[in-house]
Order: sequence, then C-alpha cells, then structure tokens
Amino acid sequence: MEFTRRNILALGSGAFAAASFAGMPAFASKTDDAIAAFTGGASVAEGGIELTAPEIAENGNTVPVSVIAPGAVSIMLLATGNPTPAVATFNFGPMAGTRSGATRIRLAKTQDVVAVAKMEDGSFRQAGATVKVTIGGCGG
Amino acid sequence: MANDVKPRVKVPKSAAAGDVITIKTLISHQMESGVRKDGDGNIIPRSIINRFVADFNGQNIIDVTLEPAISTNPYFQFDAMVPEAGEFKFTWYDDDGSVYETSKKIKIA
Repeated sequence: MEFTRRNILALGSGAFAAASFAGMPAFASKTDDAIAAFTGGASVAEGGIELTAPEIAENGNTVPVSVIAPGAVSIMLLATGNPTPAVATFNFGPMAGTRSGATRIRLAKTQDVVAVAKMEDGSFRQAGATVKVTIGGCGG
Repeated sequence: MANDVKPRVKVPKSAAAGDVITIKTLISHQMESGVRKDGDGNIIPRSIINRFVADFNGQNIIDVTLEPAISTNPYFQFDAMVPEAGEFKFTWYDDDGSVYETSKKIKIA
C-alpha cells in the first residue's frame, strides 16, 4: 500500500476506532465474570440481537429496556456500571411467541447496558447500549 | 414486607388460533435492593421478587430471573403463542417465600 495522504488518514481513523472500541469493554470485570458464567467461556458474537434503551434516562430508578433476539433460548441483561451488574435473565419456553422481552430497570449512573443471548445452536450473541442517567437509581 | 402486593396482567380476551399476542404484567412490590441505607446508616435488607413465570395451559412461555436491579413494581412485556383456547397462569416468587398468582382466560375468536 502506498502511503498517500488519503491512506494515512484512513489508517488513522481506523486505529482511533479500534482504540476506542478497546477502551469501551473496560467496564468492571464483574460484568465479564457474569458474561463468562452465562456463556461458559464461549466466544460472543455481535449481531442477531437488538437491545432498545433510551439514550438519556432522566430517572435511573426506572429505565425502560427491551430486547429481541430471534432464535434465542435465553437472554441475560447486564448493567455494567451498577454495584451488581446482573439485571435479569429471560428464559423462553415452548409457548413464547417471539424471543423478546421488555422490562424496567435501575441504573446507578451513566453506563452501558449489555444483553447476551444464548441461541438455539449454542452460540452466543451480544448487544450493548449506552444510557445517560441524570438521577441515579440505587439510593444509598 | 409483602403487603399490598397486587398483580395486574393485560391479556387480550380473544385471539385467532395460532396468533402471537403481547402480554403485559405489572406487580406492585417495593423491590428493596439491599443496597440502600436508612436514616441511621443501617442497610435496609434485600426484599425482592426473584422469579417470574408465565405459562399457557401448563406449557412455559417465559421464565425470568429477577435481580435487585429491576425497578420497583416489576413490569414485563412479552409475546405468547395461542394455539388453542385456554388459560394463562402468572406466578411471582418473593424472597420471603410468598408466591403471588393470577390467571387469565383467552377465547379463540
């Protein structure tokens, strides 16, 4: 590859994106532990799961979130910035119409919410969303 | 601390056979997280609903494990298949051992 100005710029932005991505999963290792406990150490792919959460939550005591992952057998929700990251686990039975669920959760501060789905074929999918919290919801 | 626990469930009265319907549930419960402190600095003990199960004619729709990060008055929305007329059964399990139940019938239109 020739080092033209255009190439260097493209490289630079790529490196920046990689660096910021590497910075993001620096959330508490508790979250990683929870994901590892759920997946049994299997690798987690992106895509195939959709997590819907507000960009800004005025009140961290009740933040509506919904998640859908076609073909999932169970979905775990995690709040990476809470004292305890676990939020809820949805296990779907034979009468589930869609592999989706919605609930309201507590968020202590601005943080990433992560959903991990276990698919029917045994693979794992992950999605995340950042929620800005104006008033935290864990009291204390 | 399980006083005034009242489950509310919204299920359509009827559906076509094979339809997928949306169910909304809400139960009044303070969901004390075990993290908060009272005025004297003592931690208020945890008291939450830790499990929610929805069944249709004895077959499971969804089984949810709840953690303290679920908001006061836990709300759930999910979809269920309706292959035949029958009864939905909703069960909530409290930390203190209480079990709250409610059920809704659905007709095939």
